[in-house]
Amino acid sequence: MSTQTPDTEATQSLTLVQAVRDGLATEMQRDEDVVVMGEDVGKNGGVFRATEGLYDEFGEERVIDTPLAESGIVGTAVGMAAMGMKPVAECQFSGFMYPGFDQIVSHMPRLRTRSRGRYTCPMVLRAPFGGGIRAPEHHSESKEAFYAHEAGLKVAIPSTPYDTKGMLTAAIRDPDPVVFLEPKLIYRAFRGDVPEEPYEVPLGEAAIRREGTDVSVFTYGAMTRPTLDAAEELADDGIDAEVVDLRSVSPLDRESIVESFQKTGRACVVHEAPKTGGLAGEITATLQEEALLYQEAPIQRVTGYDVPYPLYALEDYYMPNEARVAEGIRDAVEF
Amino acid sequence: MNPTHGAGRRPAILTKTLCRESGRFRYAKVGTVSTLERDPTEDMVRVLDEDGGVVGDVPDLDNDELVEMYRQMKLARHFDERAVSLNRQGRMGTYPPLSGQEGAQIGSAMAMADDDWMIPSYREHAAALVRGQGLTETLRYWMGDERGDSPGEGTNVFTVAVPIASQIPHATGMAWAEKLQSDGDHGAFLCYFGDGATSEGDFHEGLNFAGVFDTPNVFFCNNNQWAISVPRERQTASDTLAQKAQAYGFEGVQVDGMDPLAVYSVTREALQKARDPDEEQPRPTMIEAVQYRFGAHTTADDPSVYRTDEEEERWRAKDPIPRLESYLQSQGVLDDDRIEAIQASVEDEVADAIDEAEATADPDPQSMFDHVYAEQTPELREQAERFAQLREKHGDDAFQIE
Repeated sequence: MSTQTPDTEATQSLTLVQAVRDGLATEMQRDEDVVVMGEDVGKNGGVFRATEGLYDEFGEERVIDTPLAESGIVGTAVGMAAMGMKPVAECQFSGFMYPGFDQIVSHMPRLRTRSRGRYTCPMVLRAPFGGGIRAPEHHSESKEAFYAHEAGLKVAIPSTPYDTKGMLTAAIRDPDPVVFLEPKLIYRAFRGDVPEEPYEVPLGEAAIRREGTDVSVFTYGAMTRPTLDAAEELADDGIDAEVVDLRSVSPLDRESIVESFQKTGRACVVHEAPKTGGLAGEITATLQEEALLYQEAPIQRVTGYDVPYPLYALEDYYMPNEARVAEGIRDAVEF
Repeated sequence: MNPTHGAGRRPAILTKTLCRESGRFRYAKVGTVSTLERDPTEDMVRVLDEDGGVVGDVPDLDNDELVEMYRQMKLARHFDERAVSLNRQGRMGTYPPLSGQEGAQIGSAMAMADDDWMIPSYREHAAALVRGQGLTETLRYWMGDERGDSPGEGTNVFTVAVPIASQIPHATGMAWAEKLQSDGDHGAFLCYFGDGATSEGDFHEGLNFAGVFDTPNVFFCNNNQWAISVPRERQTASDTLAQKAQAYGFEGVQVDGMDPLAVYSVTREALQKARDPDEEQPRPTMIEAVQYRFGAHTTADDPSVYRTDEEEERWRAKDPIPRLESYLQSQGVLDDDRIEAIQASVEDEVADAIDEAEATADPDPQSMFDHVYAEQTPELREQAERFAQLREKHGDDAFQIE
């Protein structure tokens, strides 16, 4: 779980969405092949301000307002990447990625394999995702499993401002396409120290957010906060939970997952995506394969329900929260 | 779709289309005549009539180039016939034939400069051949070997795109990247697709982006009249496909796609405009090359289910190869001996390519795990190792799908 530390120690206190902006800016300063493209990313600075000021700093040829067309955005980015550029394309909300789905699954991840390495697709596709912000229909889903299912893609989901800049930097420098899902619930929920210089947080490496010995709790993105809160709550009852933030859901850091479980023998997986076909199933299966003899209790899944994401009057009941996570952890511990 | 909205029942509406030759708009009636019934040599750019007689401006090609164009077309035709037969004999998988379309493919590909790029769909084996892609590689691809879709560095050919129209945004993005990265001196990017592709969203999005960002593209529609079994007039109520370009802010031109000289002229001009337009001139162009596929959509298709012998015969009369042959004979560039020699040489070339393709060993099964990522993930490494152990234990014969 190494991180490449920056050259200087100058830091700034940024929110997660500001860290997105900062990560884009420092990579654009470093590499002129990096361009940002999408709907409203230019003059408007992005509907969440993730690209604020970039248009003024880098100009309209590098911060490109595109027509409103996701397949066109992703598809032209694939072509740009094939020609050696480093496009960072944005879909305004993950719920609007589907018009570009064919490009995301049929071309982004397959260019390298199809051409036996002759052509590659070093691009990043960013999208705010997840629920909890009182948004209209189609603005709250968590469909990371779609993309994790696709060989050739990497899928990164940061949960802190520091990781956001570091993982976005790593994603832009990655020779392969990365779907970068930003948990918009925590876009401005808190600040964190973020180095001014560029640095990488490697993709595919989990981070232990809280060390513990009784139970391993695996989560990522916006669910990291209620999970940590639940762990603290349970500590008062003598339950010592280890919280592992996966950070990348593809590739999964199976080694860290298994290592933590071997220590605790009990596990709970938390994500806001629906249960069936979600990453929790994949993590559970990995533990069955790799560490069955360490297992002392059924592995618990605390997830969104298998229902279409409700309109926001009910989203508080849909999203896993501290109480549900604590319940899941207890079930794993008290079995 | 409203069944009464078919060809022949619509009211006659006048639309204007841009005439490439004159630069003037031409008014045409919409929908009163089926595309299939219409004479494809009417109302479009052409140089040769069906008998090879000159009816337009002959492009500036020297005799060697003209003979090369003819030879490439003969080579493509013979290759195509042999490829279909390899499939019939169980020696090759599903293959999409191109016979009838050689004029459009070779005429356009020969118009390209070395630093231009070609973005194909999946039927442009003849165009790829002109760009230096080997027949052996094409055969290997259709024999299920990905190494056949790894075009050589100098060819500037992009990968085969099977999902319809999905390559069009790539072509726009590639051209856009070239324009952004160069200092004004760059190639043009020619993208092939079929008539069915013009109904897809990616056609619209790719051409729309090209218009907005003024990318150096030529969008080359091989309108062969049929998207498997669905005829051209079921794809759109537009009079022509070319006129769709006007909605994106650039020119669309219809050319007789079975007239290689006309295709060459139109494409060369469009490529030049993409690279170096005049003031106020948009870079992109859409070319609709009106043509016909003589064979099936793929070897898995039976066109007799959906089209008539009479229709096929009508289009066979426009075959691009005898047309060019007659023209070259009339000019004294080709004689019977030369034609015979060319036929013999293309037969040898195809036979050699087939021998080489069939003599090539299938890829190493382990290579399936290569080129998924620049660096193999730990999980993939484990799967590859497990796979190797299973092959070792059971032998490769155990892995044949029954």
